[in-house]
Amino acid sequence: MSMATIANAPIVERENYLNKHYGVGSWLFTTDHKRIALLYLISITFFFFIGGFFALLIRLELLTPASDLVQPDTYNKLFTMHGMVMVFFFLIPSIPAVLGNFLVPLMIGAKDLAFPRINLLSWYLYIIGGAMMLHCMLTGGVDTGWTFYAPFSTAFTNTKIVEAGLAIFVAGFSSILTGLNFVVTIHRMRAPGMTWSRLPLFIWAHYATSIIQLLGTPVIAITIVLVAAERTLHLGIFDPKLGGDPVLFQHLFWFYSHPAVYIMILPSMGIISEIIACFSRKRIFGYSFVAFSSIAIAVFGFLVWAHHMFVAGISVYAALVFSALSYAVAVPSAVKVFNWTATMYKGSIHYDAPMLYAFGFLGLFTIGGLTGLFLAALGIDVHVTDTYFVVAHFHYIMVGGAVMGYMGGMHFWWPKISGRLYPEAWAKLSALIIFIGFNLTFFPQFVLGYLGMPRRYADYSHMPEFQILNVFSTAGSTVLGIGYLLPMVYFLWSMRYGKPATDNPWNAAGLEWKTTSPPPTFNFDEEPVVTWEAYNYDKLDSPHNPHHGATHTKEVPVAR
Amino acid sequence: MVPPTPRRFPLPDSHAAVANANVSRDAHAPDSLQLRHHFATEEQQRDAVNLGMWAFLATEVMFFGGLFAAYLIYRTWYFPDFAAASKSIDAAMGATNTAVLICSSLTVVLAVWAAQTARRTLLIVMLILTMLLGCVFLGVKGKEYKDKFEEHHVPGASFSFDNVPVPGHPDQYANPRHAEIFFALYFIMTGVHAIHMIVGLGIFAWLLAMAWKGRFTPEYNTPVEIGGLYWHFVDIIWIYLFPLLYLIDRHA
Repeated sequence: MSMATIANAPIVERENYLNKHYGVGSWLFTTDHKRIALLYLISITFFFFIGGFFALLIRLELLTPASDLVQPDTYNKLFTMHGMVMVFFFLIPSIPAVLGNFLVPLMIGAKDLAFPRINLLSWYLYIIGGAMMLHCMLTGGVDTGWTFYAPFSTAFTNTKIVEAGLAIFVAGFSSILTGLNFVVTIHRMRAPGMTWSRLPLFIWAHYATSIIQLLGTPVIAITIVLVAAERTLHLGIFDPKLGGDPVLFQHLFWFYSHPAVYIMILPSMGIISEIIACFSRKRIFGYSFVAFSSIAIAVFGFLVWAHHMFVAGISVYAALVFSALSYAVAVPSAVKVFNWTATMYKGSIHYDAPMLYAFGFLGLFTIGGLTGLFLAALGIDVHVTDTYFVVAHFHYIMVGGAVMGYMGGMHFWWPKISGRLYPEAWAKLSALIIFIGFNLTFFPQFVLGYLGMPRRYADYSHMPEFQILNVFSTAGSTVLGIGYLLPMVYFLWSMRYGKPATDNPWNAAGLEWKTTSPPPTFNFDEEPVVTWEAYNYDKLDSPHNPHHGATHTKEVPVAR
Repeated sequence: MVPPTPRRFPLPDSHAAVANANVSRDAHAPDSLQLRHHFATEEQQRDAVNLGMWAFLATEVMFFGGLFAAYLIYRTWYFPDFAAASKSIDAAMGATNTAVLICSSLTVVLAVWAAQTARRTLLIVMLILTMLLGCVFLGVKGKEYKDKFEEHHVPGASFSFDNVPVPGHPDQYANPRHAEIFFALYFIMTGVHAIHMIVGLGIFAWLLAMAWKGRFTPEYNTPVEIGGLYWHFVDIIWIYLFPLLYLIDRHA
């Protein structure tokens, strides 16, 4: 059947990527980037709730100073598995593999990613890695902390380091292949007229992310190989007793694991750029600065890893250089925050749910980023190393930043992904609950850390004065948990009962909104030709535009 | 010998219609039979696949980079022990293997040229020669591993490196612990390299099967090209491994 007859046929639901084929096989063997994105969505949501379950157990244990819910050994496993699952199986694949997979081809006007079968392979690698991780957790888990520092991991602990390492190794190749696909797609698959300076900032952010995935991930892969070899064959690569260097392990580990933070936050920044421009009805302020700040973050991100090692015995001169470079990363990050704020200035701001998440991101990321500067300062870092201050800081970046952006993006593009509108009032409520729950959970941890409460202890009964702040934090985590459950419920609900979405419910700029909701399998009925700049909201909202006001005021999602 | 007419890749049903639509729409691409549905032109497909391989090789550079970093540190720390351990491995065999791999790079280049100029027989011969040279390399490597095993130079419980003098310092003995680190790095680095060689042999076996069926034409030979890129990369890694592992302070 040709495209033309489909368009003219009087059918109720247009043919799209969801209803073109049915059956389990059509999903498990699909090469459609949109279907693979949904496979990823289901998988990472599964791991998100596993990691969240561990987090709630950790918070419950810390409700009282004594270790009365779980034994300290179990507690060690809980925070280790929480970290490993959340970092490697939720945060790193979250935005790139779900929203990036779905949107990169749509935004640049391509039919698919450059290598669709490699895209499917990357999902299978993720699933294999995830299954290994699940098996590892069910048969004993790991207790080293997600950083599996040597020589504890290679010579002392009797938990399942090698299996967890191999799970991360396999999942890492999934991440590499996703990044490789994006780099090639963005270079080679852009529609006619889609020049680099017309790319949405979401694409720039994913390009920067992909470079980190390509160049950083293999380093942790070889580090895992060395750890596994040392552990199984009793080599002396990292074990000082055998002549090895444990600081080398930390260098290799953080050479990936610090840039990995940018794998989490950069795509989120891309989402925020899209949302803020759309809901302020304005061209983004300083497009090229925002675009190149993503690249700058990716480049500088590779040069700051040793700020995790200020107390590990590195030379004071090295520490000074890494401290200064860590300050330098703050510059492109601040450029972004200032440009988003300037975009909103005198904009026509709409308070829809995605924008509420973007507001949340702005505030929380700013706090997380500024406390990062505390940690880049040598003196303060020595004071707060391995305290809850660090825990609070990176949760403000990873949860307050990355996950807020992910939630905002899920709401923003849900009408495109599912073809349905989500219930707006519930979405606003959940944005509010997440914001309150998040701050209640993690702000007390800044105070706790500054007062000296160390991380990774199940028992703090020798300092009972810390209990009140821990009770706040545990209460907040419950609120946060409800805030994350709500969207899952109403997203699922909307797939069946939600109002059908128009092609462009937000009246947003961007190629992904110019195709149908949900898009057809090959994304566009006709190959798009781009003749406009990104974020041309002044043109879209101009009274001379024939579509002016056609959708935005009438068809925003409404509560029922 | 007349090259057989190229046969099309079997495309999934849903893709075939679109691929055909592309063929009929794009009059400038008369031979679009190998074009996958989501590319507009063969040139775009070739560029994308090439860039993909280069990006993958960048990943590989970083993968080996971690090993080279570890090597650098321990070589600096334990230089006399590394020199002694390095002297115990057979530089003649290493040099032979270097020559073998450089020759295989030549045969790969000739294979790519043969594919581009529709010389099917030459292509097949060059692919087979490349694989033979690869096997020779692995055979020599296996012999070296066997020697090390018999000399108890494999790290582990039976490792022994006692009373081995440091080159240039006959009164000084190498520290067995530090020499063991050399051998650990030696086996991991050459082992990871050998795994890459074996993967390369697999790729070339597939290329050989495709060449046998006459799939490659002057218009469509990207697999040979990117397979060749991979092979060259693995060669270059060896070009660095050979002096780093075999030639430490040989003149002393």
